[in-house]
Amino acid sequence: MMLRAAALFLALAAPAAAQPRDTLTIGITQYPSTFHPNIENMAAKSYVLGFARRPLTAYGADWRLACLSCETLPSLENGGAVRETTPEGKPGIRVTYRLREGLRWGDGTPVSAEDLRFAWEAGREAATGFGPAEYYRSAYELIVEDPRTVTIRFDRVTFEYASAGDFQPLPAHVERARWRADPRAYRTRTAYDTETTNPALWNGPYRIAAVQPGASVTLERNASWSGAAPQFRRITIRTVENTPALEAQLLAGQVDMIAGELGLPLEQAIALERRTGTRFRITYRPGLIYEHLDVRHDHPALSDRRVRQALLLATDRAQITERLFAGRQPIADTSVNPLDPMHDADVRRWPFDLVRARALLDEAGWTPGPDGVRRNAAGERLSLEFMTTAGNRGREAVQQVLQGMWRQAGIEARIRNEPPRVLFAETLSRRRFQGLALFAWISAPESVPRSALHSDEIPREDRNWSGQNYGGYRNPEMDVLTHAIPEELDPARRREMWRRLQAIYAEDLPAIPLWFRADAHVWPQWLEGVRPTGHLNASTLWAEEWRAR
Amino acid sequence: MLLTRVLQIALTLAILSFCAFALIALMPGDPIEVAIAGDPRLTAEDAARLRALHGLDRPFPERYLAWATGLLQGEFGYSRLFAQPVAALLGPALLSTVALAGSALTIALALGIALGALSASRPRTAPAVDAIAVMGQAMPTFWLGILLIIAFAVTLGWLPAGGVAEAGAGLHYLVLPVATLAIAHLAAYARHSAASLEATLTEPWIRTARARGAPERIVLWRHAFPNAALPVLQIAALDAGALAGGALVTETVFARPGMGKLLYDAVMGNDTNLALVALLLVALVTMLATLAADLAQRALDPRLRER
Repeated sequence: MMLRAAALFLALAAPAAAQPRDTLTIGITQYPSTFHPNIENMAAKSYVLGFARRPLTAYGADWRLACLSCETLPSLENGGAVRETTPEGKPGIRVTYRLREGLRWGDGTPVSAEDLRFAWEAGREAATGFGPAEYYRSAYELIVEDPRTVTIRFDRVTFEYASAGDFQPLPAHVERARWRADPRAYRTRTAYDTETTNPALWNGPYRIAAVQPGASVTLERNASWSGAAPQFRRITIRTVENTPALEAQLLAGQVDMIAGELGLPLEQAIALERRTGTRFRITYRPGLIYEHLDVRHDHPALSDRRVRQALLLATDRAQITERLFAGRQPIADTSVNPLDPMHDADVRRWPFDLVRARALLDEAGWTPGPDGVRRNAAGERLSLEFMTTAGNRGREAVQQVLQGMWRQAGIEARIRNEPPRVLFAETLSRRRFQGLALFAWISAPESVPRSALHSDEIPREDRNWSGQNYGGYRNPEMDVLTHAIPEELDPARRREMWRRLQAIYAEDLPAIPLWFRADAHVWPQWLEGVRPTGHLNASTLWAEEWRAR
Repeated sequence: MLLTRVLQIALTLAILSFCAFALIALMPGDPIEVAIAGDPRLTAEDAARLRALHGLDRPFPERYLAWATGLLQGEFGYSRLFAQPVAALLGPALLSTVALAGSALTIALALGIALGALSASRPRTAPAVDAIAVMGQAMPTFWLGILLIIAFAVTLGWLPAGGVAEAGAGLHYLVLPVATLAIAHLAAYARHSAASLEATLTEPWIRTARARGAPERIVLWRHAFPNAALPVLQIAALDAGALAGGALVTETVFARPGMGKLLYDAVMGNDTNLALVALLLVALVTMLATLAADLAQRALDPRLRER
């Protein structure tokens, strides 16, 4: 009797014990404002949609471009791309993409060239309201070669010709009629926002099965997915904007992991790791978010390169990253990330050297005054306005430390912070800051920093204040390079141009480089296969590789 | 009286709508400028195109008139921030807030009045009630919320640390936020009930009731309480209006979507349609709650009816 009871118990218990984990709950700090792949551009949307749709191409964790829903990355060598002349006589290029076989929308409809044609038509129409439209302006013709192949003709040749960027198939059988009815109203009528759980919208390993606006998105396996089978039956993404509350949900077991792309600030993750030991696996992945000091180049003192160099020499970045971020954020030498294939490891570095900083300031005519702050021949104090985003505790802490460090060199920093929307939308973009501004740029692998460095990109009223060269940096050689690099298709020659760009940057210091921000990915010990990328293509684009141990 | 109050409410809403629209329009940075700052690929051409598409290139009076005309025709517009019709967003947010704030207010009112009555009827308990009231009022909601999460979700694991149920009512998700909000509000009710009851219990008609041999329970609840309840009712009406605007801190700490969070996001995100309709809704609820409190006071106090 006892044996029979024990056997029954084991029989009941065994399947439960052997049952692999088939659900995963992820915490993020932002909720997508739309689920349409091309309207608005935000990290939360990229993260969520990474599970549910596959773009044509994306940069992988190795920072190299790869095909996701196309068969082969087109290149001049394999014939997928061919240089030509546009009807207007300009140099152009035609690029052919062939969709992967077996790719289907969630309702079983094959993903086809028609879906690409619809995406192109919608993108070309200005009233549709897609975000950046440069790609569509350049892609002046799309030719459907067969049901799975399209050729796109561009009126500009750049080394990124194979990258489809945000251009990706949109389900024409669902969306075309809505768009045709009124392109201006399409953004309010798209099924992505009115019927988000419609399986026909999704072609990735998962489909969106439920949404609770502002709170959560639930994903379930897409029955029509023909790629490697994803392990998790259900993935729930919860939005918790307050990071202490997010951490509490993690500790309470309500969320299994916190996405690094939109998760805990680095300092909070470091503290969590110290407190919880090995309960979670925390991976720090440096990325493309470049923390720096924008410099007002028409400031009387900052216009002198020696003053900018002295500022950098007087900044002990190694100590700051060690003390504040446990050494997790790599120091930047220029805006080019060390993980970028075009990074030059031999670029000039400016390690902390207070003696050299003081000497440079002396040389520039700034001598110590009675209060320790340097003065020029006219008696003007070396006093700089120093701004950052108010409420960002990490940046405010850095600001305080920098103020103290520069004081040692005889430079006074006057802190004046503003809320992010005022700082970015008014003060920086209208060039109303007077000295230094601490903030971050986000870019993409091998992204040419034209908008931040070319003199044409200095915001002006007649250009509607567009451009991000807020400091007003002007260097004719940099202008030539930022214009020429995108058009250079030979990687070796391009590398040489990148090397020169970094050399000028490191010498001229159009901005003072600080460090590259690292994302803290917090995973349960049993989760495997997540590969953080460190750039805008989220790790979720490879969610079918995620496994529970 | 009622007609005058209704007209007052309509006029207040009209003025408020104009002021709120103007304030949002005057806020630095339109949504496109914020988008440009976050996306270097947006060109000047893109900015002009998107600004025209969102109607942001039109002058302020024209935008206000178009919005107000739409509102009068029952069109609440479309939320740019959440890509949803405003009406579709307000319904669930308001329901969530009503569940949270309504439960918290009811509990705070019941406990506050009970504590006040205890303090007034048994003066030896007054210091303890005062201490509870001071603690409730002094503790910041954010801190209290985190404390409850650490105790009941992280350490004991009895309740969820936040969020909402994916299906069903999910009452256990409400326990901690309701407790946080109720503790924060019950202090005021306890103190006002106690003060008001103490004053009422010294009135001559209370002495008469006691002299007639009425039990203390009847004296307290049937004779003293209806008179003492008037100021508490007025505070509760104001609280109801304020809570209709959402309990932003509680909703944020417990990651609950509600009116507070919605309103905050809409204002910060320059989502004019959503912010304005939500603001007007909150103002309307506040004014209606005050009107209801006035009517209740008149029902309780015959002297007010005679005026």
